[in-house]
Amino acid sequence: MFAMCTDPDSLTQLDWMLCYLTTGKHMGLYYAFGTVLLLLALTAPAALLLGFGGAMAARSHFPPLSWLGKAYMAVVRGVPDIAFFLFFVIALDQLFELVRHKVKCPDWDTEIWQGSDFVVCPAAKLPLATSPQWVHDTYSFLIAVLTFAIVFGAFAGNVLYGAMRAVPRGQVETAEAYGMTRGQAFRRVIVPQMWVYALPGLSNLWMVLIKSTPLLFLLGLQDIVYWARELGSTQTPRFTAYPHGDWRMWYFLFLLVFYLAFTKLSEVVLGRLMLRLTRGQATLGGETQRKAAA
Amino acid sequence: MKKLILTTAALALMGTFAAAQDVVRMGTEGAYPPYNFINDAGAVDGFEIELGNELCARAGLTCEWVVNDWDSIIPNLVSGNYDTIIAGMSITDERDEVIDFTQNYLQPQPSAYVGLTDDAALIEGTVAAQVSTIHAGAVAASGATLLEFSTPDETIAAVRGGEADAVFADKDYLVPLVEASGGELTFIGEDVMLGGGVGMGVRESDTALKDTMNAAITSMKEDGSLNALIVKWFGEEAPLF
Repeated sequence: MFAMCTDPDSLTQLDWMLCYLTTGKHMGLYYAFGTVLLLLALTAPAALLLGFGGAMAARSHFPPLSWLGKAYMAVVRGVPDIAFFLFFVIALDQLFELVRHKVKCPDWDTEIWQGSDFVVCPAAKLPLATSPQWVHDTYSFLIAVLTFAIVFGAFAGNVLYGAMRAVPRGQVETAEAYGMTRGQAFRRVIVPQMWVYALPGLSNLWMVLIKSTPLLFLLGLQDIVYWARELGSTQTPRFTAYPHGDWRMWYFLFLLVFYLAFTKLSEVVLGRLMLRLTRGQATLGGETQRKAAA
Repeated sequence: MKKLILTTAALALMGTFAAAQDVVRMGTEGAYPPYNFINDAGAVDGFEIELGNELCARAGLTCEWVVNDWDSIIPNLVSGNYDTIIAGMSITDERDEVIDFTQNYLQPQPSAYVGLTDDAALIEGTVAAQVSTIHAGAVAASGATLLEFSTPDETIAAVRGGEADAVFADKDYLVPLVEASGGELTFIGEDVMLGGGVGMGVRESDTALKDTMNAAITSMKEDGSLNALIVKWFGEEAPLF
């Protein structure tokens, strides 16, 4: 990156460090931080949306829909994350390819499952083998977002379901007394008030989601933990201009600081949000705020 | 109608032309120098990368490199995430039941034990090896206590940290580490010849690719370019063809 970096052996410690930390390999690590943040930014709203849908379905008066919502939450919450990530992603990918195969290659005559091989026609591959590598990376990233969203959506659904039931019954009865329909009462009374009950559970989920991002590597994405392990491993002078011993401890220490700082920041932001949401609510927090203002 | 047939024929011809320029996705581990590793620039590098690129050039294929964890390198091949494994994988009967191998592009390579002292008793104690390798299998069969790790680097760290008495791995992987350790690490006992040589893994159903790669490997063996590549990455003493 810098001109002086062409001959690392001649450099003093500080310059050497500067050159070392800006190698192309390290760029992979910095890039992976972006991937993790983007994953969080996309997964959180997607999971909330899925959770909201699941909770609404579970509350439905139409039994099959209610069963579906409840089954989604019960099944996904009960399966260990790691099993879900290993099984579900391959299954989902194969399902997509199978559907495309049926549509695009109706004349294909060989078996799709040959022993342990899964073979669809080249046009049905997802992404196509001819696509550049970034398309493959984006595809696995989106699959990862989808998987995370489904897993965390189930937890969020359960939290929201509980929060909807926690809104005092009297509020809904008053709404009905004013002649609001069930849907109107839900939209105008329950949804605006449920967040204060949901937030503690949701903020927990957000913390767990932050900590789960290293599972990305299971999905074939090179995340920050992969790069920390790769960069920290012993490098011998024959294969690198920057040989060093086992530095994994330092890289993992850096990750530790990153995760702690990130969760701390989240705590502060969520704390403020909670303060904002409790204003005027018939909860202990809301009451304290009212008294302090009076 | 005639026009239609002509267009169809032209398209069919273009189709076969496109097939000749097929993209083959090559799966590798990227953590096992000199076989394959990630260089300072962040790109895959090593003996197998140079070999793979040359094989693809000879076969008229476009090759894309994919880095994948060793643990899941075979499952991802059979489910079609990439088309070949070229990751220092020795040809064994167990692996041959699940995937197919091309002919070997490396002779059986010497494997060796490394520990903190040259004490033959160490290799009967606790020995570290990478999971699902011929080395792990050999340690388990030798009666020593096997300690498995998912990356080769962790096996070395285990010896340095005293968790294991010795590590068993390909000698070519160990030599640079022993050299760079400044006397901390040392080879124990004699080299061991293990495995049936290293080959490229392909799906059992993918016979066309296997034949193409076999032909390319044969041509590299015949004109001596494979031997030159082996000497470049593994040194003069490496077993040649």
